[in-house]
Amino acid sequence: MSIVVLDNVKKSFGAVTVLHGVSFSVEKGQVMALIGASGSGKSTALRCIDRLEQIDSGRIEVCGHQVASADLDLRKLRLDVGIVFQSYNLFPHLTVEQNITLGPVSVKRMPKSEARKITADVLAKVGLADKASAYPEQLSGGQQQRAAIARSLAMQPKVMLFDEVTSALDPKLTGEVLRVIEQLADSGMTMIMVTHEMNFARRIADRIVFMHDGRVHEQGGAEILSAPATPELRDFVSNEL
Amino acid sequence: MILDFTLIIARWQMLMDGAWLTVQLAAVTTLTGFLVGTLCAVARRSRFRLAASTAGLYVEAIRNTPFLVQIFLVYFGLSSLGLSLSAVTVAIIALTINVGAYTAEIMRAGFDSIHRGQWEAAETLGLTKFQQYWHVALRPAMERVYPSLSSQFILLMLASSVTSQISTEELTAAANFIQSETYRPLETYLLIALIYVALSLAMRVVFWGIGMIIFPRRRRLGTSL
Amino acid sequence: MDTALNLNHIGFLLDGALWTLVLSLMAFLGGGLAGFAVAMGRIAPQRIIRILTTGYVQLVQGTPLLVIMFVIYFGLPTLGFSISPLLAAGLSMTIYVSAYLGEIWRGAIQSVPRAQWEAAECLALSRGQRMFKVILPQAIRIATPPTVGFSVQIIKNTSLASVVGFVELTRAGQLINNSIFEPFMIYLIIAGLYFCLCFPVSLLSRRLERTGVARAQRIELVSA
Ligand SMILES: Nc1ncnc2c1ncn2[C@@H]1O[C@H](COP(=O)(O)OP(=O)(O)O)[C@@H](O)[C@H]1O
Ligand SMILES: [Mg+2]
Repeated sequence: MSIVVLDNVKKSFGAVTVLHGVSFSVEKGQVMALIGASGSGKSTALRCIDRLEQIDSGRIEVCGHQVASADLDLRKLRLDVGIVFQSYNLFPHLTVEQNITLGPVSVKRMPKSEARKITADVLAKVGLADKASAYPEQLSGGQQQRAAIARSLAMQPKVMLFDEVTSALDPKLTGEVLRVIEQLADSGMTMIMVTHEMNFARRIADRIVFMHDGRVHEQGGAEILSAPATPELRDFVSNEL
Repeated sequence: MILDFTLIIARWQMLMDGAWLTVQLAAVTTLTGFLVGTLCAVARRSRFRLAASTAGLYVEAIRNTPFLVQIFLVYFGLSSLGLSLSAVTVAIIALTINVGAYTAEIMRAGFDSIHRGQWEAAETLGLTKFQQYWHVALRPAMERVYPSLSSQFILLMLASSVTSQISTEELTAAANFIQSETYRPLETYLLIALIYVALSLAMRVVFWGIGMIIFPRRRRLGTSL
Repeated sequence: MDTALNLNHIGFLLDGALWTLVLSLMAFLGGGLAGFAVAMGRIAPQRIIRILTTGYVQLVQGTPLLVIMFVIYFGLPTLGFSISPLLAAGLSMTIYVSAYLGEIWRGAIQSVPRAQWEAAECLALSRGQRMFKVILPQAIRIATPPTVGFSVQIIKNTSLASVVGFVELTRAGQLINNSIFEPFMIYLIIAGLYFCLCFPVSLLSRRLERTGVARAQRIELVSA
């Protein structure tokens, strides 16, 4: 069963067309790595999936929601989709715990005690059990990013989107964030991750989608990274390694 | 009740005279105020303690007291010195003193924002302090604080309405006179409010134009009004 | 003829100073409330609301406060509303303050990074929740120093209420002057009293600005 389907999705910003008819789909429990050169439209594709951008034409279906339709229930879509950005975007005026409980308490009307239990749970998952009462500015970049992942997980989404979540981190901090994502993959979470970590993608991704100039240029299993069919993917892979 | 402007329109010339004096007051005191303010900013940044603290005292005193009180102080102060000056002269002096203090703060921020290396480069060229300010610092400093400066001078134009209280015959005073003759205060004051709004917009356009002329970079980058 | 300044006069001046504070407080509260509405209107999703609020701000910021006072105090009665000097001054100040505080606060709200809005949106928070739980708490920090700074303008500008006959500090001084005729000395004393009211507030705003800058730099360092 497909959880995310993009069908001939087109998107432009003014005169610039960024997505020229993108199609791909992700099955339940699958891990998809979205790769491609900077500017190829990966972030835009992710943002369209969570309706941070409205598409011009085509169809997007996420967990049964018709994302592009006018009568989409945005709230329900966002409850089913978790998204984590390169720049963490934690709320600086709230502690880690407050960051995490905000969604469950305000949106899901969950009792505070239950929200705290979930917070402890997700913080343990990302290895930040001792940082619940810290403010974001007191954390390292890697810790902030893991807290951001925990915040998304606390909403119990059906699919997680990651947009270059380690690009702002040095190698050591990158490792600790990737471990969290890997555990999440092992636990059966459906996810789409935009990443430049080719080895990581090869190890945990079930599918690789390579974007080039706003199109899906090549896709397949992890093996396409070792044996690219197109010169563009070959160039891309050799540049990334 | 219906607004009736006919009586006021009949005294249009008086309003225009008042508005013209308002424009003149604003223009003159923008220049004098800029001069005083810039000199004060230089004084505040100077190594001479006395100059710096005198300028600081002036700025604080003005910024923490109402313009209405300042104008009366100037008015009665000058007359107690035996000087009998016209209301317009007193108004110009008071407005200059007032806006000079605000300009001093703005220009000080502008000078402070000039990079150390610029000052050092000017100094190693052997420029005097005056030359450093004049040739190296003044223009970039002004450019950086230009939006604040223009807003301040628009506020100055609006503040000139207070000079009606010492019977300067500018726009507000003209309105006071007209409404006492016509018994149409609402219409009169609404009308001059619109004239003031028009003057503010006009000043913004003029400052924008001046900025485009004296700062080539603003011209290149393009700035909004 | 009692021509000397006496203790009664000083008491009367202090009373006036008290009314200056009362009027300032009224202006701050009324203007703050209306200013919040202005800030919200300036960033409203509906174009028409944005245009109307922008027009309001342009009109108020383009009119001298003195003229606003005259419109309210002399103009409203001709429409059949009789209005006391205190109410007229309070209303005029509210209008004046709302435009300036509204703009200060709009700027503060808009200086919260867009990514914060988006992150809140992705957590399925409603527009109201995004505003009140995520954006405003951050905007308040940014807005505090300039808001305190503007309070000095409020206190000073209440002096214009004297022109419509409200007996605050300036008017109290003028009344005393009518009996002792020492204008220069009286205005010096008034100026001194205003300074005592305003200077501490000025200092506070400068202090807040400094700690605000230090804080911003620290955050930048951490997230860099
Ligand atoms: N909001 C926007 N407005 C205009 N152009 C945009 C916007 N967002 C992205 N773009 C453009 O779309 C193209 C693809 O961007 P993006 O999706 O961020 O690529 P990627 O994530 O693969 O690096 C880029 O050329 C970028 O400049
Ligand atoms: Mg991107």
